Amino acid sequence: MARRAGALIVAAALAALTLGPLALVMARAGGGALGAADWAALRFTILQAALSSLVSVLLAVPVARALARRSFPGRGLMIALLGAPFLLPVIVAVLGIIAVFGRAGLFNRGFEALGLAPLSIYGLHGVVLAHVFFNMPFAVRLILQGWLAIPSERFRLAAALGFGPSDVARHLERPMLREVLPGVVLVVFVICLSSFAVALTLGGGPRATTVELAIYQALRFEFDLGRAALLAALQFTICGAAVLATGAVALPSAFGAGLDRAAVPFAPRGWRRVADALVLTAAAAFLLLPMAMVAARGLPGLFQLPPEVWAAAGRSLSVALPSAFLSVSGALVLALASPRFGLVATLPLAASSLVLGTGLFLAVHPFLNPTLVALPVTMLVNAVLSLPFAYRILAPEARALEADYGRLAQALGLGGLARLRWLTLPRLRRPLGFALGVSAALAMGDLGVIALFAGEGGATLPLLVQRLMGAYRLEQAAGAALLLVLTSFALFWIFDRGGRHAAS
Amino acid sequence: MLHLDRVGVRLGSFTLSADWQAAAGERLAVIGPSGGGKSTLLMAIAGFVALAEGRVLWQGRDLGPMAPGERPVSILFQDQNLFPHLTLRENLGLGLSPRLRLGPRDRERIEAALERVGLSGLGDARPGRLSGGQQGRAALARALLRARPILLLDEPFAALGPALKSEMLTLVAEIAAETQATVLMVTHDPEDTRRFAGRTVLVAEGLAQPPRETEALFADPPPALRHYLGT
Repeated sequence: MARRAGALIVAAALAALTLGPLALVMARAGGGALGAADWAALRFTILQAALSSLVSVLLAVPVARALARRSFPGRGLMIALLGAPFLLPVIVAVLGIIAVFGRAGLFNRGFEALGLAPLSIYGLHGVVLAHVFFNMPFAVRLILQGWLAIPSERFRLAAALGFGPSDVARHLERPMLREVLPGVVLVVFVICLSSFAVALTLGGGPRATTVELAIYQALRFEFDLGRAALLAALQFTICGAAVLATGAVALPSAFGAGLDRAAVPFAPRGWRRVADALVLTAAAAFLLLPMAMVAARGLPGLFQLPPEVWAAAGRSLSVALPSAFLSVSGALVLALASPRFGLVATLPLAASSLVLGTGLFLAVHPFLNPTLVALPVTMLVNAVLSLPFAYRILAPEARALEADYGRLAQALGLGGLARLRWLTLPRLRRPLGFALGVSAALAMGDLGVIALFAGEGGATLPLLVQRLMGAYRLEQAAGAALLLVLTSFALFWIFDRGGRHAAS
Repeated sequence: MLHLDRVGVRLGSFTLSADWQAAAGERLAVIGPSGGGKSTLLMAIAGFVALAEGRVLWQGRDLGPMAPGERPVSILFQDQNLFPHLTLRENLGLGLSPRLRLGPRDRERIEAALERVGLSGLGDARPGRLSGGQQGRAALARALLRARPILLLDEPFAALGPALKSEMLTLVAEIAAETQATVLMVTHDPEDTRRFAGRTVLVAEGLAQPPRETEALFADPPPALRHYLGT
């Protein structure tokens, strides 16, 4: 009974925090009409999301296939590397991408040496490039699961029947891809729809503004609350529609097990072997080069960071830790309750950082200066937005725990806090540590709602990096970015490690 | 006295009914084809399956409103009888206090119970380190500590070899005698039934028949039992 009551409270709070701001946005947006610039933002948002998702998935298929059928030293490391962009703060990745593909980056210097005109990274292709950096590895992990879900007996049978690679593709791989790919494309599309930090740094201008970015500009530069609300309503409509569409497609789960199954021993030889090696090398270079550039450029500045950077890092930690604990506790309460609460837990997926931020801005600003509550609001919004991830990590484990030990606990009268202390927490240490690590790293690197609320002096670390970039203080930006990524990964590592350690 | 008063259980299209009594301290075997409802009968008494009709009474008290942990019942499941992340001492302690608030007197009792089932010295071990037989003993030791008047065994020793199983049955019989518990034990093995129980409940075709003298039952098996035994 207590569990149900707790779940009801969390569900009500979550619904209030997502639907409340939306209601404020809708009420304020009522009656306004979209202008030409707004339509352009809508078109650009959908265009870049469509391109980003298609390119990410097209590139991901050969990488996933190579990983599925080859075994080589470092394969596990490569799969772990594929998880890194998910935790990498967006602003840091953008810095790395600029260092590789930007005006003074590695590629353009190569072009220059060949006497070719330099390419600009700003605009649609830059935005798509950054999104591919984030989502291609994510898509690889999802598609790889599809590959590994094909029973190895099936491959054995294929080998026994003398199938060539094209027969295997036709009878085993393509049917699997037909089932898996639509869901993957849609997931990446939804993620890219609410792109803010990438558009803020690599987009901008009338031709490359997303709706999220337009909300920010309407609020911060024009202080046009009505227009911001109208855009937020528009953003919610497209996100909500896309999330509803994902409901119709079988969605892959991002954190499934089984990625470490040994590769099938029937991998084709010959030129396909070389091709797989090239694909894997190119993918690893594409992911590693920007990260290595961040490290290389940031290292000199890391030991002479100005005090404002350390203050910003402190503010980010003060946001990330409570946000992670809030998010994971809420997710745990919902995961322990009946599966029906799963629907509530996915509610935040339809809301975006800037949409929630606009709603909360509307709620707060008649009463007090929004900069005063910048950190608590950022903490809360991050907790809400990472709850669906935490829930997805915890729910299957919580259900297995209930199936395995629920009756025994009941038979012994183990309930309430005693059950939490002696059964739930010790048995769920590992997924709890993982969920805390993911939530803390995401909140640490978040550059979204804070941009709406922060005043001159109240920036978090990601926002400060962005401001330093904007002011062309590039060395300091690189140092602060390195500090940011080190902190994010350290948070993830500490929590994840803590969970694993205690569970063993 | 355990009284199943016109009990009816419905799970989808599956039904089970029972209407009989067992004396306090009696040892009953529960036998019958798989899928016939043996486990369901135990789950209904333990409170894991809701009754569609009738009542389960112990010494005249209706168990219906009681949660499983409150009932005068200890139950051993087929598996997962111990929490793998807790030590044996903690697992046994849960039988005395679900919050694991244990006084010196409780600790003594836990050590005594461990010794009673032949596990002394293993109090700090986790279940994963133990053999199947030792795990069964630990679960029995906890039942000994809880000392509830009804002990339900849902084939907890099915995975053990014949020698170990017979050892366990002896231990169950001793513990039942010490705690004067009424025992219902599900089994597949007619031999177990003969050795362990004076009376036997045949569960087949949605009916848990009233207990009959074990020897008489096997001497003159009804058609359902004959079909099950293949004789």
